[in-house]
Amino acid sequence: MSDTRKITVTVNGTRYEETVPVRVTLADFIRHQLGLTGTHLGCEHGVCGACTILLDGHSARSCLMLAVQADGHDILTVEGIAPDAETLHPLQEAFRDNHGLQCGFCTPGILTTLIELLRDNPDPTEAEVRIGISGNLCRCTGYQNIVIAALDAAKRLRSEDGRQKTEVR
Amino acid sequence: MKPPPFSYHDPRTVADAVGLLASLDNAKLLAGGQSLMPMLNMRYVLPDHVIDLNRVEGLSYIRANNGALEIGAMTRQRDIEFSDLIRQRCPLMHEAIRQVGHRQTRNRGTLGGSLCHLDPSAELVSIAAAFDAKVTMTGKNGARSIDFAAFPVAYMTPALEPDEVLTGATFPCWPAGHGYAFVEFARRHGDFAIVSAAVLIEEKAGKVTRASVTLGGMGPAPVRASQVERALIGEVIEEKRMREICESLRKLDAIDDIHAPASYRQQLATVLPRRALLKAHERIAEGARQ
Repeated sequence: MSDTRKITVTVNGTRYEETVPVRVTLADFIRHQLGLTGTHLGCEHGVCGACTILLDGHSARSCLMLAVQADGHDILTVEGIAPDAETLHPLQEAFRDNHGLQCGFCTPGILTTLIELLRDNPDPTEAEVRIGISGNLCRCTGYQNIVIAALDAAKRLRSEDGRQKTEVR
Repeated sequence: MKPPPFSYHDPRTVADAVGLLASLDNAKLLAGGQSLMPMLNMRYVLPDHVIDLNRVEGLSYIRANNGALEIGAMTRQRDIEFSDLIRQRCPLMHEAIRQVGHRQTRNRGTLGGSLCHLDPSAELVSIAAAFDAKVTMTGKNGARSIDFAAFPVAYMTPALEPDEVLTGATFPCWPAGHGYAFVEFARRHGDFAIVSAAVLIEEKAGKVTRASVTLGGMGPAPVRASQVERALIGEVIEEKRMREICESLRKLDAIDDIHAPASYRQQLATVLPRRALLKAHERIAEGARQ
């Protein structure tokens, strides 16, 4: 019933050794056990994309993984995107400047998704951005400003200044 | 929503996974988890044991062998999407994989998971049918291979014995210069397709010499439109004739559910293969021009 496992994970550069019940999802582990509540849970069955994290650099839905499966892996959550407590990542700046969020619930999943998208494709078309975030539901914005923000972020990240800021981690 | 309590096992070899599967009651294999995890979260399934295949070695590969591509069951959909070998040798699979879920789910989802889950609208299931793939499984009595056509036995039920693990699938490649197209209709990108059509054709002097036409989403298993495949031989692919030939597909049985009535699926069954055939033909013509 209460099977547990000891796991070692690196989250946002910090190494954690934790004991987890085997049935706990990675999302609940990140939120409840590590206290990193930036990762949001919308649907908990892989539809809304709010809980998206990067697992070894690739986006994944943390509600569709068990915490035990993350043993030995490297995770980036929304808390790990900014280079430090005072500085926003260019992607976050672009979202702020372009009104890319309203209630903000979907934002962590969209930011983590876009980190991967813009890393793999630094100069995406609007259509590519729309397909890229098609696994993330937003009920406020109508997506328009999210797409504008993503394209603006791509431009900022292509500039020298933006590249330096992202090399922090 | 939380998964129900279960015991967790993470074997390192296929033999260990088979041993666990053979000895434990009510055990479920966990591959990429993009279908099983939602089912656990919603408690549609209540296994006593979850056997995680993610740390089993030797199940993730894409390799060419004897005119076919062999793909390991735990190969991520992402790896299929970005494989040059698949893009060059099985471009139909490359086109279809981009319609599977979203980036976040393809990063985790696997070939074997999708084939064993056997969702009626799953793209990879249709692709396996289109290529006349063979699937290989290992149980306590050893390994065996069967034609994919015999793999779906009922709604979401694969022809696996209780102690068997799917280890891979073999996709015979079509010769260079063949035509292909995967066309699906879904209400939103990444959503489950209502109906999909997968087409492979070969032509000689502008006429079809070989054809594979597969419909997904019509019933529990993909349907090979063998009558249409035969009717296409010797034909020149053009709009009007394809409209006539594909009209017969309206007679196929179709599921009637919350997503679409049967008549809607039957209408799609006449339209999508036609579009796919025209696109496949256009690609052959394009290739010849280059």
